[in-house]
Amino acid sequence: MSKTELISVSLTLNGEHRSIEIAPQERLLDTLRYRLGLTGSKEGCGEGECGACTVYIDGLPANACLVLTVQVRGRALETIESVQVDDLGSMHVSGATQCGACTPGVVMTACWIKRHPELAKTHTLRELMAGNLCRCTGYDGIIEGIAGTDCAS
Amino acid sequence: MRRLEGISKLSGRERYVDDLPCDGALWGMTVRSPSPRGRIRSIEFGPGVEWSQFVVVDHRDIPGPNEVFLIERDQPVLASDYVRHMHEPILLIAHEDRAMCRAAVKQIRIIIDEQPAALDYRVLPASDQVQRGQDNVLKTLKIEKGDVEHALAEAAHVVEGVYETGAQEHIYIENQGMLAWVEQGVVVTQGSMQCPYYVVNALKHALARDESQVRVIQAPTGGGFGGKEDYPSHLALHAALLALKANRPVKMIYDRSEDMAATTKRHPAQVRHRTGFDASGKLVAQAIDVVMDGGAYVTLSPVVLSRGIIHAAGPYACDNVRIAGRAMLTNAVPFGAFRGFGAPQTLFALERHMDVCAETLGIDPIDLRRMNLIRDGQETATGQVINDGADRERVLDLATKHIELPERREQHATFNITHPFLRRGIGLAMFFHGAGFTGSGEVALQSRVRVAGLKDGRIEVLASSTEMGQGTLTVFTKIAAERLGIDPSQVLIATPDTARVPNSGPTVASRTSMVVGRLVERACDALLEQAGLSRDARGERVQQAIRAWHVAHPNAQLSSEATYERPPGVQWDDNTYRGDAYGTYAWAAYAAEVEVDLRTFTARVIDFVAVQDVGKVLHETLARGQIQGGVVQAIGWALLEECVWERGGMKNCQLTNYIIPTSDDVPPIRVYWMQTPYAHGAQGAKGIGELPMDGPGPAIANAIANAIGVEANVLPLTPERLMQMMDGAHV
Repeated sequence: MSKTELISVSLTLNGEHRSIEIAPQERLLDTLRYRLGLTGSKEGCGEGECGACTVYIDGLPANACLVLTVQVRGRALETIESVQVDDLGSMHVSGATQCGACTPGVVMTACWIKRHPELAKTHTLRELMAGNLCRCTGYDGIIEGIAGTDCAS
Repeated sequence: MRRLEGISKLSGRERYVDDLPCDGALWGMTVRSPSPRGRIRSIEFGPGVEWSQFVVVDHRDIPGPNEVFLIERDQPVLASDYVRHMHEPILLIAHEDRAMCRAAVKQIRIIIDEQPAALDYRVLPASDQVQRGQDNVLKTLKIEKGDVEHALAEAAHVVEGVYETGAQEHIYIENQGMLAWVEQGVVVTQGSMQCPYYVVNALKHALARDESQVRVIQAPTGGGFGGKEDYPSHLALHAALLALKANRPVKMIYDRSEDMAATTKRHPAQVRHRTGFDASGKLVAQAIDVVMDGGAYVTLSPVVLSRGIIHAAGPYACDNVRIAGRAMLTNAVPFGAFRGFGAPQTLFALERHMDVCAETLGIDPIDLRRMNLIRDGQETATGQVINDGADRERVLDLATKHIELPERREQHATFNITHPFLRRGIGLAMFFHGAGFTGSGEVALQSRVRVAGLKDGRIEVLASSTEMGQGTLTVFTKIAAERLGIDPSQVLIATPDTARVPNSGPTVASRTSMVVGRLVERACDALLEQAGLSRDARGERVQQAIRAWHVAHPNAQLSSEATYERPPGVQWDDNTYRGDAYGTYAWAAYAAEVEVDLRTFTARVIDFVAVQDVGKVLHETLARGQIQGGVVQAIGWALLEECVWERGGMKNCQLTNYIIPTSDDVPPIRVYWMQTPYAHGAQGAKGIGELPMDGPGPAIANAIANAIGVEANVLPLTPERLMQMMDGAHV
């Protein structure tokens, strides 16, 4: 048992080109949190159930705990750190966050839903948010907040 | 006023323990028991691991007594030669590489000479399973009023029932985690926790240090629900032992699976009711037996049992009551604090039983409750005279009104005979929740709060009450700002760091706003006097006086403290369990509408109404969030969340197979307030946080019984359980 050799991966992170050294088997969530210091993405379950680590890969939401960092080579990655604070007002008012551990993932999914208004024709907000577990709010504060959120694309 | 740390949380900038920079820290991990009970024969360190690179701690590295300081001292920090439950910690290891540490844990084999484990709390142990006293009973408690047997013998109707509830896992979204380091001889731990001074006491005891040699700092905490009441003491001890031995900072962060396997859960409980009514439906006798599974160590079980039995007779007036409570030692992972603290279990039994009684008596369940509801001047089971001016009957009426009870019953009657496979029903529960510590607990705590006037005229509130999502920061800011008539921006809340803040008691028991918030008010009043002002001084005058005080007293600190005082007239006898069990109670009636799918045996809550009198609502958004979040957590307990056991350990330690509600599993939770102020709570507030855990279980079970006619007397009512119940029932 020894430390593994690092490999180099290039990607676009929150609009910026980055080249980083990672272990081949490293999870994207660990790269973000422990190598890059982007601790906004949280680990809630480590198996893609809770959504606290939601990021966008080429514009699509993904659970960073289920993705190896090598898989995002050459792709565009966006994390909670890219979200504008001004866009969070209605979720703040509605009580969308309590303990805050699920919140970054909730906000990422919420902003993605707002960027895709066509989804509202076929799905309810409650269906669309079902991939983000929250244990504090009972979801009403989140759903009300999203209904009023305006996330810039 | 918005949640103070809201934007920080929404933007992902809030730093939880695992987000804190910690240069040079080692990762710490735990080696646990593979067996529920037995003697440790040997520990084998496997080949292929450079063990010299690891820091390894066992029970011999504990400087003080190998005991986790709590009610009793029966639980070791690390098992020495004997294990009493699965996943009991035995060794700690640390390494700078997390992956290597994780891999090394798997290379350590613990060999146990197994002994027979007691795994069913409902049956008396066989002789070779006895591990405490004659019978593994770890606590009994009794409440007695009047002559129950005589009243039952004379009663026109006697109704019996047995009710059971399962364990529940907290699933705070942030797993448990702790940092520890040694700084100039002081052991410092920082992490996710509800009760910094519980951790202080645990460190002092097992590390044999005095209070000046330990320091505990709460990091922003991603949910607690009771799960971070006592367990962080274990984790802090573990991290501190590794840090002391390694002479380096150590970080221990559980992953979800370890957190679910090793930490506490809600106590499973079985409750038996034998209830007497007169011919008109008036309650004349309640005989109630409560049994709880305590798990392998005493931990908090005696006080959970206490709150459970005090709430067991419910918000009803009855002259003859006998409640016998028993907590059993088993070889399950110890059960612990969970929102409601024993009351959800006994109130499920009571309020489900009330519907069973109503059906037996041929009385409408709402009418039966209304007829027996406690009225001002009447006594609870412990002989506490209720005289708070709250209109409990109106609470009940509002719930039936908002759920449109008569109209929906009529609609369901048609729906249920016309729909091919869906059945709808409606159910209600009426209940109460005592706020603050039980009996003389608050007096014993002697909680303190300090308020400081700073040089620039701002105010700082120093308390050990923690923010874990419920809104302590915002509520304390609001209370202090309104007490002094200043802008909330002029109030700072100190980080709960035991080097700075006094002991305000633990952040539990729905006591923070009501009890500690009241201390914030009183400390503010004392600060005014200290600054040479009258108690009615408000606003800019206050801040001017504080600035002026600092000019007159350079290099001095302006601060005042308030210490808890028992409200006048409150009496409690711990020996007889008679008197005022709580300073006050919140009252509530919850109504659920459910839909059961006969094809899949799945029950869904399709509408939910929560009406409560919690005294003055201090912050509507936060308070509503407490109710909605608590109701949904209780919907999970009622319908989805099943701990599957194997040898006293949880088998389904993953969010993949332990199912909590998603946004799509629950309807909007409709919340309504009544606000009868409580004179001894901050601004008239009563406790609120735990109340919403009590009512949904029985309301939903009653609704399912109403929809499909089964005896829905066991929680959780998963599809599997409903399928069994419906086998033979008419649907």
